[in-house]
Parts: sequence; structure tokens; C-alpha cells
Amino acid sequence: MNFSGLINDFGPLTVTGLAQGAIIALFALGYTLVYGVLRLINFAHSEVFMIGTFACLIVWGWFGLDQNSAVPSFGGMLVYMVIGLVVAIIASGLTALFVELVAYRPLRQRNAPPLAFLITAIGASLAISEIVGVATHRNQRGVPPVISARTVITIGDTHITNLQILIVVLALVMMFALDRFINGTRLGRGIRAVAQNPDSAALMGVNKSRVISLVFLLGGLMAGIAAVMYDLKIGVTRYDAGFMLGIDAFTAAVLGGIGNLRGALLGGFLLGVLQNYAAGLFGSEWLHAAAFVLLILILLFRPTGLLGESLGRARA
Amino acid sequence: MTEVAVTSEKPPAPKKQASRGGGGVRGWFGRQPVWVRAVVVLAATAAAFLLPYVGDVPVIGPQIVTNGVDWTSALFNMSYYVLLALGLNVVVGYAGLLDLGYVGFFAVGAYGTALLTSPDSILYSHTGWAWLAAAPFALALTMLAGLILGWPTLRLRGDYLAIVTLGFAEIIRIVATSTDTLRGDRGFTSIPHPPGSYSDGSPIFGVRDATPYFWLGLVVIILVILGVRNLDRSRVGRSWLAIREDEEAAEVMGVRTTKYKLWAFAIGAFIGGLGGVMFAGEQSFINSQTFVLQFSILVLAGVVMGGSGNIAGAILGGALISYIPDRLRGISFGGTDLYEYRFALFGIVIIVIMILRPQGLIPSRRRAMELKDREKEVAPSE
Repeated sequence: MNFSGLINDFGPLTVTGLAQGAIIALFALGYTLVYGVLRLINFAHSEVFMIGTFACLIVWGWFGLDQNSAVPSFGGMLVYMVIGLVVAIIASGLTALFVELVAYRPLRQRNAPPLAFLITAIGASLAISEIVGVATHRNQRGVPPVISARTVITIGDTHITNLQILIVVLALVMMFALDRFINGTRLGRGIRAVAQNPDSAALMGVNKSRVISLVFLLGGLMAGIAAVMYDLKIGVTRYDAGFMLGIDAFTAAVLGGIGNLRGALLGGFLLGVLQNYAAGLFGSEWLHAAAFVLLILILLFRPTGLLGESLGRARA
Repeated sequence: MTEVAVTSEKPPAPKKQASRGGGGVRGWFGRQPVWVRAVVVLAATAAAFLLPYVGDVPVIGPQIVTNGVDWTSALFNMSYYVLLALGLNVVVGYAGLLDLGYVGFFAVGAYGTALLTSPDSILYSHTGWAWLAAAPFALALTMLAGLILGWPTLRLRGDYLAIVTLGFAEIIRIVATSTDTLRGDRGFTSIPHPPGSYSDGSPIFGVRDATPYFWLGLVVIILVILGVRNLDRSRVGRSWLAIREDEEAAEVMGVRTTKYKLWAFAIGAFIGGLGGVMFAGEQSFINSQTFVLQFSILVLAGVVMGGSGNIAGAILGGALISYIPDRLRGISFGGTDLYEYRFALFGIVIIVIMILRPQGLIPSRRRAMELKDREKEVAPSE
């Protein structure tokens, strides 16, 4: 136990935790969206994220960027960021749609038991991550320095970098946009209808298949953004990058109340910050153990997460 | 059903009375007198014991054995995977509690053995325990771990339970990695093998030939099957069925759900621990790298792929998840070793099997009927 360490580094740990939490929250949205509509843990979502982390690397590579290249000018940085985000979003979105088409749709048409979905998801996750693993020889890939992390705000001992601000702001903006989309548009109403009662929604003329595809696509888009942020923050990616962060993201989704969008955001930030406090207190190897202990404690008292379940019912 | 439209002069033939279980091989098997069934089961058991020699069978034999892996080792691997699948089948298939962290119990069993027997352990004083002496304590420890996991999670349902069990296994792995007592990556060496020696003094359970370990595994598996089968057909099994189908209804009907859920966890943990104890005895070395999370996910895939809630299914599924990757080793295809792609191919195989047979390869009959009932209840979708 290192209380003085925690107290001395409280500010930096909080800031790092918030940035980490923003990525986890964006990632968690994919789990929560799919769960809210299908009552299904989309195990392959971690691979949707992982594909995003590689997609933007590959495109930056086409522009001649590698991990040793110089930091681009502000204009170049902006262009590269937009290109990286767009490509990662498209790659992740397509992967999510592909997983839905290959692993879930055939089972849905056969009225399979719920566990069967979990197993095909595991199969898809295994296949995608292993194919990428073989293709990259299981080595990690370095990320080009598209943004140089500079301290822009200093409060006491706490230095906040432009990258951390970007990550948190982008996560909040995307979250807000998604919330508006689900609650304010016709398509969003379709999603909420299917989440509440798939059969009634189908009878009312909602195209269930299309709504399900849309939900996977939205989850994929969020994961794509999270992937670019992850690349920039961590600086390397690997074929199994999605797995560990995926567990964090799923934990965050459950913590906030799975199926609940705002819950995912809250869960993500909370988990990110608390993990960093735990790392400060016990050492970084205990980071994940602390997260799980926390999860178990919270679920003991609130068995459906902090904000409660469900996309439809919780007026999310 | 297009046949409805066909008008027929004759009255419909009376339905053949299906005495037990309908058609197919299993239907046939179910209708045979007891002695025929006993002979079939004994023959299958004998065949299982002869598996190490299958490579000597002309024509088919070489197709079956694993080329890249020592066949007897592959068989031993299959035996502990089958054991784990049988244990997880109790938790997931019978009681319907989705457990994503089953490897945790496997780890507790293996570490329990290692702590008591290995010279690297802090509990070791000039003479270590024998493997057989350590086993009961290691198993008691895993059952305790099952109760420790089961108790706080009693209120949780479905996916919440899944993430908590997953977390439990991760905590065990992290503790094993990060504490000095459990030695992390360095692991425990010189864990003793099971006892016994031939008349010339050489040990039965040596390092060169894994056949005795496989046979030991088979004996344990048979005992576990007998135990689990009887439990499933007892009051305990019926309570599990009720909890799996509708926990509230079961509670209202007077099933003590708390007690039987804890039983499911403890028995599942016991069987997983058994796998761990055997694993430690054969490998004689364990470290924290052995017990990764992918392992429990693989075993779960085996249970569901084989047919959740069915012993034969769990055996088949457990054997397949170990056999498929091992069999792919040493096969080259277009210049690349397929072993590199074993898990990728395995993932694709899982998807294909589940799409073709959503109930698993050998579905549980009772579960199949329940699902049919459920289909009637819900309006057809899509």
C-alpha cells in the first residue's frame, strides 16, 4: 500500500484515468448498444476495435508515416487525424457488420438458443484476432507520432496534454451525438422500439434486421474512434490489443448498467480513474484485479449496475 | 410445411409410438434392452482405453493420430479438457449459470497441489508431500473457491454473472502473477508425479510416455461421469433444471435456489480442480502463464459446441477443442504450417458447427424439447 504515492500523484492519476476512461467508454458503447437491443454479449467487439487500431496505422503508412518520422505541422496533423479517424471508423464499422452477418444473422434465422450466439461470437473473435496475429507475426506495431503530446495546461503538479484533452472531448462529443441520434431521430426511435420489444416493433413496421445491422454499425463507429485514440495514447498496437481493453470495456458497460448508454459513459470514466488510483496505491500489476473487485462490490449492492439496465426502459 | 396442401384419400396413418427418444442412433440405443446397452457402453470404454494404440491400426490409424504432437500427450490433453468440459457442463449446462472464468478452478487445483508438494513452495520443509496426499487438500481448496465465488454472485443473473466469474479468474491469475508466494512466471518446479512403479522399479508415471496419465485421466473421467449422471437424475439435478428454466418460479415452488446454485458451483469447481491436480501431476511444472482466460472461453466453447446439458456432448466438445488444434500441427498447406493458423481455423470451425447445429453436436434431449416449447411461445420473428 502506497498512500503517499496516491496522494502525491492524485492529479496526474486522475487525468490519465480520465483519458483512459474516455477510450474505455467509447469502446463500451458497442457492447451496450448490442446488448440493449439483442440481449447478447458481442464478444467479437474487441476485434472490431483491434481492426480499427491497425486500419489507421496502415493508412498513415501509405502517407509515408512510420514511428520514426517527424511530427507533422498543425495542418498536416489535422489532415492525418481526419483521414485516420475516417478510415478506422469505416474499417471497424465494416468489421462489425461482417461479424453480424457471418456469426449472428444465421443463428437468428434458426432461432438458436442464446448461448449459441456467445459461442459463434467467441469463434469470430478468435478467428479475426488470430488471422491478424499471423499476418503481423504477432509483433507489435509502432504508431507514428501524428500528434506530439504537449503540456497545455498545468495545475499544480498536474500536467494536462493536448492529446488527453482531445481524447476526452472527442469521447464526450461522440457520446452526445449518439445520444441525440438514438433519442432524436427516426432511426433512433426504431432502435429504441426494437430494444423495448422486438416482436411488437416488427408488427409496427420496424425492419428488425436493418435496426440490428444499424446497431452493430454504430458500435463499430464508436470502436473505430476509440481505436485511433488508443493508437495515439499508447503508441503501439498488437493483434490482441482488443482483448484486454475489451474486458475493461465490458466491465465498464456492466458497471454503468449494460444496455444503458449513459451508464457506459459513466462506467468508462469511473473505471479508468479508479484503475489508475488502484495502480498508484498497489502498483500497476494490480490494475485489473482492482477493477474486478470494484465491479463485484458494486454489483453486490446494485445487481443491475449503477444506472440500471436497458436502452428502451431506462429512457436512455 | 407444404405437405398440408396435399389431400389424401387415406386417413393418416397412426403415428408410430416413439417409446423413448425418437429416431436416429440415440433413439435406437434408448430402445435396446439393458444388456445390449451395457455391452455397447463397455465396448466404448474399452475402445477409449485402447486409444493410445490407434496409430497401429492400418489405413485409418495414421489419419487419426496427431503428427506434430506426441499422440499420447495429445490424448492426455484431451482427457483433462474433457474433465473440465464435464465440470463446466454442471455449472452452465445443468444449472444454467454462465461461467466465463472456469479456468480459475483449474488454477486453484493446480496451485493447491504445487504449494503442498513443490520444493519451491514456502510450505515445503525438507520432505515434500506426495502427489496423492496433496490431492484431497487441493480439491477441498477448489471447492472452497467455488463457494467463495458462488456466494457473492447468488443475486446476479446471466451476463452479470458472466463478467463477475470472468473477473474472478482474472483475479486469480493476477494474484498468481504478482505475489511472491505463488511465484508468477518462475512457477513451481518438481511437482511430484502420481505414485506407483513397475516390478523392475521404474515409475509408472514417468516423463517419457503419457499413456499412464491418459489412463488415469480416463478412470477419473468415468468416475466423474457416474457421479454427475446420478446427480442429474436426483433431486439436485431436478432443482438445477428448475433453476435453469425459471429461477423465480423455482423459488416459488419451494426449490432452495441458493443451496443448489452453491452446489452447482462447488461441484463444478471440484471437477475443474481435479483437472488441475492431474495437470500439475503430469507437467510437474506450472506457472501463471498456464491459466490464461482464453482457456476457460475455449472450454465453454467446447461445452456448448458439444451440446450444453448433455454428458456425451460435453465429452465430445471437450475432446474436440483439444484435438483440432493438436491435429493441425505439422500439416503444411501451400508451404505454410497450418499450426500457425490453428486457432483461426478453430474459430471458423466453431462458427460453422454452431450455425449448422445451434443446439450443439449432441443436443440434450430435454433441452431440445424445452426450446421447442419456447419457440411456440414467441411470435415468429423476421
